[in-house]
Amino acid sequence: MQAELIDIRNHLIQHAPFDDMPEELVNQLTESIEISYVRAGTQITETGQISTRMYYVRSGAVEIFRRSGELYNRIGEGEIFGQFGLLMRGQVRFPARALEDSLLYSIPAETFHNLFENDENFADFVEIEDRSRLRSAVSRREKSNALMTSRVSRLISRKTVSAPTTVRLQEAARIMTDQGVSALLLMDEECGDKCESDRLTGIITDKDLRTRAVTEALPSETPISEIMTEGLITIRASSYVFEAMLTMLHNNVHHLPVIDGEEVRGVIALADIVRYESQSSLYLVSNIFHQQHVKGLKKISNDVRDSFVRMVNEDANSHMIGSAMAGIGRSFTQRLLELGEEKLGPPPVPYCFMALGSMARDEQLVVTDQDNAMILDDSFVPEEHDAYFLELAKFVSDGLAECGYTYCTGDIMATNPKWRQPLKVWRSYFTDWIENPKAEALLNSNIFFDLDGIYGRTEFAEELKSLVADKASKSQLFLTLMARNALNRTPPLGFFRTFVLEEDGKHQKTFNLKRRGTAPLSDLIRIHALACASQAQNSFERLKSISKTKLIMDDDLSNLRDALEFISIVRIRHQALTLEAGGEPDNNVRPEDLSPFERSHLKDAFQVVSNAQKFLRFRYNSQATRHV
Amino acid sequence: MSDIPSVPDDIKSLPWPEQFQTLAKHAKAPVLKAFYEAGCVAPDTPICEVPMVALDFETTGLESEAHSIVSIGLVPFTLDAISLSQAKHWIVRPKLPLHQMSVTFHGITHADIEKAPDLSQILEEVFASLNGRIPVVHFRHIERPFLDVALQYRLNEGIRFPLVDTMAIEAHLHPDRQPSFFKRMIGEKPVSIRLSDSRTRYGLPHYAAHNALIDAIATAELLQAQIQHHFSLQTPIGDLWL
Repeated sequence: MQAELIDIRNHLIQHAPFDDMPEELVNQLTESIEISYVRAGTQITETGQISTRMYYVRSGAVEIFRRSGELYNRIGEGEIFGQFGLLMRGQVRFPARALEDSLLYSIPAETFHNLFENDENFADFVEIEDRSRLRSAVSRREKSNALMTSRVSRLISRKTVSAPTTVRLQEAARIMTDQGVSALLLMDEECGDKCESDRLTGIITDKDLRTRAVTEALPSETPISEIMTEGLITIRASSYVFEAMLTMLHNNVHHLPVIDGEEVRGVIALADIVRYESQSSLYLVSNIFHQQHVKGLKKISNDVRDSFVRMVNEDANSHMIGSAMAGIGRSFTQRLLELGEEKLGPPPVPYCFMALGSMARDEQLVVTDQDNAMILDDSFVPEEHDAYFLELAKFVSDGLAECGYTYCTGDIMATNPKWRQPLKVWRSYFTDWIENPKAEALLNSNIFFDLDGIYGRTEFAEELKSLVADKASKSQLFLTLMARNALNRTPPLGFFRTFVLEEDGKHQKTFNLKRRGTAPLSDLIRIHALACASQAQNSFERLKSISKTKLIMDDDLSNLRDALEFISIVRIRHQALTLEAGGEPDNNVRPEDLSPFERSHLKDAFQVVSNAQKFLRFRYNSQATRHV
Repeated sequence: MSDIPSVPDDIKSLPWPEQFQTLAKHAKAPVLKAFYEAGCVAPDTPICEVPMVALDFETTGLESEAHSIVSIGLVPFTLDAISLSQAKHWIVRPKLPLHQMSVTFHGITHADIEKAPDLSQILEEVFASLNGRIPVVHFRHIERPFLDVALQYRLNEGIRFPLVDTMAIEAHLHPDRQPSFFKRMIGEKPVSIRLSDSRTRYGLPHYAAHNALIDAIATAELLQAQIQHHFSLQTPIGDLWL
C-alpha cells in the first residue's frame, strides 16, 4: 500500500470489522478499494444483479431494501453493505439506494473472499447481521473474563468432607483439623434412603467454631446440630464461578456446598474465588461487617468506587457489576441496621427492611440514591412502636447518606411514615395500585414493583412479591397503564439511525444512557415479567422467567438480553472512565466519547429497545402517557 | 532554454486529437512520442466514457520557471470508480539547493528528498499512468506548466495536453464569489473554491493528511461529484477540458 493512502486506511480501522484486522490485511484491502461518489436517490445495486463487490460507506447514507421493496436497514458512515450477495457468490440479495450524497468505497469480490478466508473476525462480522452482531460483541467481551468462563466444578480440589449431624463439637473440630478444611458438611444419617444432596442438612465453618463454640465456651460434647447453620444455600457444579460469587455476595456467606444432581461434590470457599478475582468486592463486603461505627463504614465506602472500576477493568459483565454493587449497598444497609439495633435496643415488634428499585433488582451502579421502606409486623401499634422505627429508619438513612447513598429525592425511604407501615397496609397499597390503577399514581409507585427484603423478617417481602405476582398478571388495566408509562421514555435514536441528543446540565449535547436506555428496557421487562406472574426482580432473571412462557419469542428475548447488557456495560464503562479521570460519574454520554464500535452497537441495541416498545404498544394497545 | 524549438501556432490551433497525432510525429523523446501516440479522445466523447487521471504536484513554490516539483501523486479513474490499486506517489529531488527551500512539505523530510530520484529517472513510470488519459487537476496553473518546464529542462522538449480543472468548474459555478459590499456588511463570506472548501459543498469528507496522492484522490472525487450535481454523464469532454 502507498504510505500516502494512510488517511483512507485510518478511516477503515476506526470501524468494525476492520478495527481488529491485522495490518497487512488492512493494507491489502485499502489498495483494492475503488471510490465512487453517488448522489442521493441513485440506485447502487439492484436485485438480480450479480454481486461483485462489498461496499463501505465513507460518508453519507444508504438505504437497504428487502426484495419486497420494504426498507430493511439504513447504513451510515463506517458501515458496510453488499456482503450477503458475495457470501452467496450470487445475486444481490438486498438492493441498495443512496439516501444522501455518499462517498462509497467498494471492495472487489476477490479481496472480500481473501479477507473472509484469512480473518476470522471479519468472517464472523459479515456472516451475521445487526442484532446478532450485537450478540457476538457481548459474548466476545465476556469470553475475556475468567469468572464468566470457568465453572464452579473447576474450583473443587478435593473430595467432600462430611460428618453425620450426630457428631459432637469436639469430634467435628478434630475432623476439620485432620482434613485441613475450613468447612464441614453435615449429613442426616437417619434417612438413608434419600439421595446425598437431600441428606445435606447443615454446615459448620471455622468461623462458627470460633464465634459460636469457643466464645460461648460450649462443652465439647455439645451436639453439632445445635450450632450448625441450616437452610443451606448451595450452588450447582455446572454454574459459572461468577454465579457463585453473586450468590455469596447476595447472601453474605463465605462457603457454598456444590451440588451435582443428587451428589454433593464439595464446598467452595470465598478464598477459592478470590484466586480468580484477586481484589474481590467480596473483601469489601466482609470488611463492612467488621465495622463498629458509622465513621468506619463511611471510611470504607471510599473503596466502593475503586472496587467498581476494578471490576470494569477486569471485563466483568453488567450483571456481575450490578449485583456486586447492590450486594455492597445491601451490606452497608444490613450493617447499619445491626448497629442501629445495638444502639436502640431490640425492635419492639418484628420488621423487614426492604430495598426498592435498582438495589432490589441487583442492578446498582456507583451513582445511586437510597430507595427503601419498612414492613412492620401486623401487631404494630403506632403510638407505642413507631418512635423506635422512625429512629432506626433515620439512623440507617443518615448512615447511608454518609456512605455516599444520597437521600431519595422522591422521599421513598423508611423515614417517610407512608413507607413505614405494617404488612397489612402494604398489602392494601399493592392491592390498590394493581386493582384500581391510575397512570399518574403508577408513575410514582413503579419503583415498588422492584422490591427485595434485605434484613429482618424477609418473608414479609416475599409475601408482597407473591401478592404482586398473583394479582398483577390478572389485571389487564394495570398492565396497560404500566405499559403506557413505560413508553414515556424512548431510546435516543432518530429516524435515520442518528443519536438524538439533549443538552445536559453542563450544556453539552449528550444522550442519557439510563433514562433513554437501561430504564426503558427494565421498565418493559418488568411489565412482561409481571404479566407472566414472575417473582424475579433482576431484569436478566425476569427475562429467564419470561422465556418459560411463550409470551415473547426466544430470539426477541435474546435480543433484549444483549441490548440490556450492551447499554449497561457502555454506561458502566463511561462511569468507570469518568472516575478514573477524577470526575464525577453520570449517565450522560457524548457520541464522540464512544468508540465507533460502541456507537454502532449502541444503535443496534437502541433499535432493539425501540422494537420492544413497539411490541409493548401493540400488545397493550397503548400510547405513551406523556413523552419526556 | 532558447534552443528549445517552440511548437508552431498552426499545430497549436489543431483540435486535441489531431494535435496529438501531429506532435507524435515531431516528438523526439520516446516517452513523449508514446504519450502522444496513445492519443486523445475526441472532444464529443461523453465524459462517462473518458479515461482520466487525477494529478497533483507538490512544488517548492508557485512559479514553474523558478520552482521545482517535490512530489507527484496520481490516480487513474473514470466517473464510475477511482481505483486505488493504480494510485501512485513519488518524491523527486528538486533542482534547487535544499537550504533555499522555504516551503514546508507535509510529511516530506529533507532526508526523503536527499535520497529521492530525479524526475528523469521516473518519467517512464509516470507516463505509464498518463498515457491515453485526460489529466484532472484542481487549479490548472501548477501541474501542466511545471511538467512542461521540467521536461524542457530534461528532454529539451516541452509537453502539451488538455486537462480538466475542478477549480475552474467551481469558479464557473460561482461567478459571484465575492459578495457585494452590502452583503459583506451583513456578514456574508466569499465562496471559497479551494479544494477542501469545494469538497465540503458536495458532502465529501475531510482528509486530515495532505500529500500529492490524497489531493489527487480528493480531486477525482470532486470531479465525480461536480459532474453528477451540475452536468450529465453525457456531457462532452470537449465542453470541460481547457
